[in-house]
Amino acid sequence: MAEAEPVAEAAPPPPPSGLELLGQSVASVPGVTGFRIQGGELVAATTRDALVAAMTTLRDDPRFAFEQMMDLCGVDWPGRTERFDVVYNLLSVSLNQRVRVIVATDAATPVPSVHTVWPVATWWEREAWDLFGIVFSGQPDLRRILTDYGFQGHPLRKDFPLTGYVEVRYDEDRKQVVNEPVRLTQDFRSFDFLSPWEAMTTLPGDEKVFTERSAEQAKG
Amino acid sequence: MSETLVPEIGSSGRTVEFDGHSINFGPQHPAAHGVLRLILELDGEIVERADPHIGLLHRGTEKLIEYKTYMQAVPYFDRLDYVSPMCEEHAFALAVEKLLGITAPDRAQWIRVLFAEITRVLNHLLNLTTYALDVGAITPSLWGFEEREKLMEFHEAASGARLHANYFRPGGVSKDLPAGLTDKIAAWADTFPKFIDDLETLLTNNRIWKQRTVNIGIFSAEQALAWGFSGPPLRASGVPWDLRRSQPYDKYAEVEFQVPVGRNGDCYDRYLMRIYELRESVKIIKQALAKMQLGPVKVQDRKFSPPTRGEMKRSMEALIHHFKLYTEGYHVPAGATYTAVESPKGEFGVYLVADGTNKPYRCKIRATGFAFLQATDVMTKRHMLADVCAIIGSLDVVFGEIDR
Repeated sequence: MAEAEPVAEAAPPPPPSGLELLGQSVASVPGVTGFRIQGGELVAATTRDALVAAMTTLRDDPRFAFEQMMDLCGVDWPGRTERFDVVYNLLSVSLNQRVRVIVATDAATPVPSVHTVWPVATWWEREAWDLFGIVFSGQPDLRRILTDYGFQGHPLRKDFPLTGYVEVRYDEDRKQVVNEPVRLTQDFRSFDFLSPWEAMTTLPGDEKVFTERSAEQAKG
Repeated sequence: MSETLVPEIGSSGRTVEFDGHSINFGPQHPAAHGVLRLILELDGEIVERADPHIGLLHRGTEKLIEYKTYMQAVPYFDRLDYVSPMCEEHAFALAVEKLLGITAPDRAQWIRVLFAEITRVLNHLLNLTTYALDVGAITPSLWGFEEREKLMEFHEAASGARLHANYFRPGGVSKDLPAGLTDKIAAWADTFPKFIDDLETLLTNNRIWKQRTVNIGIFSAEQALAWGFSGPPLRASGVPWDLRRSQPYDKYAEVEFQVPVGRNGDCYDRYLMRIYELRESVKIIKQALAKMQLGPVKVQDRKFSPPTRGEMKRSMEALIHHFKLYTEGYHVPAGATYTAVESPKGEFGVYLVADGTNKPYRCKIRATGFAFLQATDVMTKRHMLADVCAIIGSLDVVFGEIDR
């Protein structure tokens, strides 16, 4: 695995790359709260309230010219208070650059819809609503899109079981398709692959090391 | 159901006359290219509104991938766009490689370019010929499927499967090409341009074909950009954009090819784009064959790629590596990436979030056809009912990918 070599403290900072310069100008857009470069890709964060204005700037400003929204998706982090990330992947075909914009939200708070900026957003937003239950305000067509007619729940949430709650089959006697609760002949098996050498941070009786280490991490 | 509502004499209602009806197109319709259900609102024979209902082939691929190791997730990508399986694997393999920080060896990259282009030819042959079938030309599909059969034999020789190849892996390809395959591919590449010429004699200047496709479903460059188009439909609208050229991956930076760009953005231009791309693909295939050197076809780090059978018979460590790879898999450092490739249909992207375990935390699949299909409402507006088939055919939608 190629890991970045630690740079000596005394060395002068390298001149900002093109991506960093782009990141700095993206960060200067009102509403964008910050940027970082993750594996050669530019990631920016915004607030919900300023989202549409910031997206419009990213599309129309000649410095950015993100004419295309290639993707919108949700990510579920159940441990957080604002458990959902809405991730927008933008592409500029005229300047050949990409940016990823991330907005956090929870299950109840709506995210402003960007379908006025890119009409393609409608279906992606329907999909995020369908699979995660993320609400988009100002979206006139927030129907389910991928799941079955009459489906309940949001299947890509982490607390939704892989097997689902209902199974569909054709009933020969009743001559119709019926929904029934899932019956598993064997429990669903989920193996824990986290080896104690890599992942277990607190060994029994060793809590002191853990608290010291987390205090250290909190400092720097 | 055309109706005329005539108010009773003396009532205060008004007379409304309309010849509107809504029809259900699909989900079992030969021109729907799979399980597309379209609710069409018609005014006579003119389409006023098209409302695609998708998800009839939804299998929860993204959810399933969250419960599989990275290596086990690869076959799901074959089953997305089952017409161009290897290009989908390519996106996933590149995304995982980016997160792992590994690079496939040269020969593996050339093999991937070679088979990505063979897959492109496979895809375009299926699309062009069934598209012609949708508007009434039967012969191209009979010819095209014969040619596809030859290409699927190459798939089979390399991977063991005609369709669901599971060949591109993070870190390279699963195994090296068998002896003599490159010669067979080279021989095929010499004969294929003749086939494209023959195909063109059937369609390109065909009067009926042009009547059905020229000036049908026109999409301007601005519209195509706003609706998230990519690939041949975007280029047909006049935007010179090809990820193989602008953001090259693997060995695409080292091959020479032209990017065809259309002018009118109609169904006919989208057809022409694919015809030209067939010719360009043959060029790339020939260059890949010429530039390919012998060498390893996967990274030599045994933490990511399995050892050979022979090695396993002799080395204890190789046996352990094999066991660990096929049970636990490898742990991918936490991070996220959006990696896109130019699949035959357009930009196919994978947004992969890793949390440091051996399974993806989230794997969003950016399906190309999803954006195309959304635009059918705008594209088919005020077109005749029969044009809907031509427009859907020209967009090259495959439901395994759209419904995921």
